[in-house]
Amino acid sequence: MKAKKYFQETLLPPLLGIAFFILIWGIVAQTSPNLPGPAKTWQSAVVLFSDPFYQKSPNDQGIGWNILNSLGRVGLGFGMAALIGIPLGFMIGRFDFLNKMTSPIVSMLRPVSPLAWLPIGLLVFKASNPAAIWVIFISSIWPMIINTAMGVRQLPQDYLNVARVLNLSEWKVFTRILFPATLPYMLTGIRLAIGTAWLVIVAAEMLTGGVGIGFWVWDEWNNLNVEHIIIAIFIVGIVGLLLELLLIQLAKRVRY
Amino acid sequence: MKKYVQIENVQMSFETKQGPFIALKDIDLKIDPGEFVTLIGHSGCGKSTLLNLIAGLLLPTGGIMLCADREIGGPGPDRGVVFQNHSLLPWLTCYDNVYLAVERVFGQTESKAHLAQRTHEALSLVHLTHAENKYPHEISGGMKQRVGIARALSMQPKVLLMDEPFGALDALTRAHLQDELMKIVAATKSTVVMVTHDVDEAVLLSDRIVMMTNGPAATIGEILEVDLEKPRNRLSLANDARYHKLRGAVLEFLYQKQAKKAA
Repeated sequence: MKAKKYFQETLLPPLLGIAFFILIWGIVAQTSPNLPGPAKTWQSAVVLFSDPFYQKSPNDQGIGWNILNSLGRVGLGFGMAALIGIPLGFMIGRFDFLNKMTSPIVSMLRPVSPLAWLPIGLLVFKASNPAAIWVIFISSIWPMIINTAMGVRQLPQDYLNVARVLNLSEWKVFTRILFPATLPYMLTGIRLAIGTAWLVIVAAEMLTGGVGIGFWVWDEWNNLNVEHIIIAIFIVGIVGLLLELLLIQLAKRVRY
Repeated sequence: MKKYVQIENVQMSFETKQGPFIALKDIDLKIDPGEFVTLIGHSGCGKSTLLNLIAGLLLPTGGIMLCADREIGGPGPDRGVVFQNHSLLPWLTCYDNVYLAVERVFGQTESKAHLAQRTHEALSLVHLTHAENKYPHEISGGMKQRVGIARALSMQPKVLLMDEPFGALDALTRAHLQDELMKIVAATKSTVVMVTHDVDEAVLLSDRIVMMTNGPAATIGEILEVDLEKPRNRLSLANDARYHKLRGAVLEFLYQKQAKKAA
């Protein structure tokens, strides 16, 4: 009885949604000869994933390597952005002077499309791989600065009063009050940042080349292998979804 | 006898866009060790401001404030504060919330085992030993307020300052906590300054009731000595003529002499 209810309320709706999606995709594919249908794409995916880690040449590697390379770039750029953005956010949130100093720059640079930074990266680093990491860095640093600073500023006066009447040292204020109070905001920033970073990596790699899911899409377009492009879209979507779920789980553990 | 808290000619004004706003003026008050003093008055009369001045969270714009003959220049562990909304840190257990205060005051001079013992003692004083490892969101409002009291008492303050500590609780829980507070204060011989807007609470708990005039520029209107012997029992007081007379005096001050104009 319980299993039936679970099936009807939790499993059935998404399954139906996916079924409809595949059906519509199939119908559209029938009418347009260039677009491969679900069945053809599936066969192609089975072949692709049967050997995900082959290495034939620097530019012809398995899909697994492509995904891992992209994730590596995202991790590196994102990690550096966290290392700089989170402490910076704390300082901006804590010191109003610094906030007023940086806010025009942050507001001006934040809406800039991350790819506009690519030529600067290429110019400075003289290589495509660090330039791609640079683009990830610059696109994911803003949400982390802004959300961390917001978390610090939202700190209830009550907690600061507790710190004052207990006469806590700056270090204790940071470890016992400021950091835990800001953590949920920080995690939101991290989640937004990693989402943007994963969005941007595909576009950046299309431009820079090398091994990676973005370049792979471009390569398969040049080969006119449309099934692989569709597979890549699914891969990017699923990996992005998994990253998001991971961070939501993490955020759930620090809700007070 | 030494005066514990000494307030002389204190004035407090705040800067606002319309110019300075005088909240308190000509405040003179001396509090003896072991005395229980309540501050009562209509909302906006500056009673919380006065408490925050004693706590050192605000500094007066005029006059002298001393605690045990030392000038109050900021918050300090000699004055324990219980906030109206408990202000426990939600990411720390009840134990850790109290330990934070104990560690700050005694951490330099005592061993870890001693600090732990002090924390356990403070929580057992408010009968919360069973909830030591619970987080604030896992316990009731009354229990949270008790942890707040334990945290303040654990620092062994010279004065315990309470800002409407039971204001947010339901009537039954409030009565229960008032009874417990009376026992704790009797056992620890604490000096207490408490802000309240509850006439019964003031008469039940206080040695003296400080009644404040309406703001702006509020000051102390009258001070009422409560000469009921301790320990007090709320049930027997209900039939005590002296209790009703004292209660009547406070009500008369609040609703006749300082009647608040209908807003």
